Amino acid sequence: MSDQIKNAIQEYATRLGDDSVVLGHRISEWVSYGPFLEEDIAYGNVSLDYIGRARMFYTYAAELADDGRDEDDFAFMRNDREYRNLLLMEMPKGDFAYSQVRQLFADVYYTILLPELLQSKDETLSAIAAKAIKETKYHLRRSRDWVLRLGDGTEESHKRAQKAVDQLWGYTHELFDMDETEQLLADEGIGVDVSKLRDAWLQMVSDILTEATLTVPEDSWAVRGGRTGYHTENLGHMLTEMQIVHRSHPGCKW
Amino acid sequence: MTSQEENFMRKIEAEEKIEPKDWMPEAYRKNLIRQISQHAHSEVIGMQPEGNWITRAPSLRRKAVLLSKVQDEAGHGLYLYSACETLGISRSEMIEQLQSGAAKYSSIFNYPTLTWADVGAIGWLVDGAAIVNQVSLQRTSYGPYSRGMIRICKEESFHQRQGYEAILALAKGSPEQKAMAQDALNRFYWPALMMFGPHDSESAHSQKSMEWKIKRETNDDLRQKFVDQTVKQIEVLGLDHPDKNIKWNEERGHYDSSDLNWDEFWSVINGNGHCNRQRIEHHVAAHDEGEWVRDALSAYNEKKRAKKAQNAA
Repeated sequence: MSDQIKNAIQEYATRLGDDSVVLGHRISEWVSYGPFLEEDIAYGNVSLDYIGRARMFYTYAAELADDGRDEDDFAFMRNDREYRNLLLMEMPKGDFAYSQVRQLFADVYYTILLPELLQSKDETLSAIAAKAIKETKYHLRRSRDWVLRLGDGTEESHKRAQKAVDQLWGYTHELFDMDETEQLLADEGIGVDVSKLRDAWLQMVSDILTEATLTVPEDSWAVRGGRTGYHTENLGHMLTEMQIVHRSHPGCKW
Repeated sequence: MTSQEENFMRKIEAEEKIEPKDWMPEAYRKNLIRQISQHAHSEVIGMQPEGNWITRAPSLRRKAVLLSKVQDEAGHGLYLYSACETLGISRSEMIEQLQSGAAKYSSIFNYPTLTWADVGAIGWLVDGAAIVNQVSLQRTSYGPYSRGMIRICKEESFHQRQGYEAILALAKGSPEQKAMAQDALNRFYWPALMMFGPHDSESAHSQKSMEWKIKRETNDDLRQKFVDQTVKQIEVLGLDHPDKNIKWNEERGHYDSSDLNWDEFWSVINGNGHCNRQRIEHHVAAHDEGEWVRDALSAYNEKKRAKKAQNAA
């Protein structure tokens, strides 16, 4: 493997790890705040899956970096400007509708992305995808059910769900952006060419939103920057909380 | 005694389980509802002090373990609510009783979790004390409760191990980490002992509960077991025992220890601990905020039902 490819895979695994840890963290903020006990459990479950994914991606990135860092150095010792997660993942938890709509967007994305990643020539990435596919199947069933219930529930739930769709829509465009690193890996059959996934994503999301009696927004705005470290203001606060204990005791084991 | 009562007592004496459809004295039912719902509420409220550290867990592994533990607690709450529902009370009634203060939950959760070490201390000491009690409750006379306890005990022993392991990592870590572990032990040791409830002589529900075999061992006996098992664990950690009077008593075959601060115990039970108000407020706020979601769920299900009925007609 050339150094160029190796570095690209390390960067790619870090990005996917960042997406997972940030979304996993956001979901975990719901524990003990759910609308009923079963939802506290479900949130815990889904969060746990994402934290698990983050660990696998970071461990692989650390292995490729081979500079003595481990998964926790990736999660806890990088600043928001170094994080490369998609902006959608870092948006605050919001109300239940906001979190479920975000989850639907993410779950449909992974439903389409992971089978492609499973085909990766890189065995580790493919193995992580294989495990994640099973989890995502359950995640999507849940977020889809909730969006249907909220969209087609009461007037209030409909209003909240539509507002969430409208507010989050502009953050979904960058899910399908490619840069040089990802293009290189896609050409090598290692990474996924996400630019080819938007039609399928849009189709699936539109079908679900329509069934939920919600309106699919026009593509009138798009915010981008996660993959270059140009974040919203939300991530800094999230990382401050997440990293405080780890950073207060440099070099300690937990 | 009526023949129903005789039959009931015969079963209790023969260690047969009482099942939901069996006849039971009204006071037995009430006593069980009180105890099981209190236990369920403890699991649910217990999510808060530990949940307080999910977003700050210092490593990804610890975050995953803590998430999975808190999720288990919620699951325990769920089976206990279901076990209690077999006695003819609904979950929403139980939640109302929790929120109004009519039902209690374990006072231990009214103590704040101030540092990461507290998460370890809760797993080790609080779950440890809970297990001592729950192991004994596996033999409780009410079938659904007993079966729930058997299942819960398996998971609780994992919780206790992870808590002890987390504390051990701190106790063997940097001086600051060790100090954090000692501080958590100092704060949680006493309230953990109070989890067993008042002295037997002061316990309002104990006597009848023992007679009906709802409870199988007395508060003081269970507390003594916990005191005894904890001494060695503290030694292994290399921490100082918070009780300066702890001393092996050869004659009794147990450790002697200081009496507890019962004023503090009653004050926290009566709603005046550090976090009593906060815990209930948190529960009420989440429940109230969730109302529109629960309404949406019922409205959606109702629409589906109506549609199905229309299609069938």
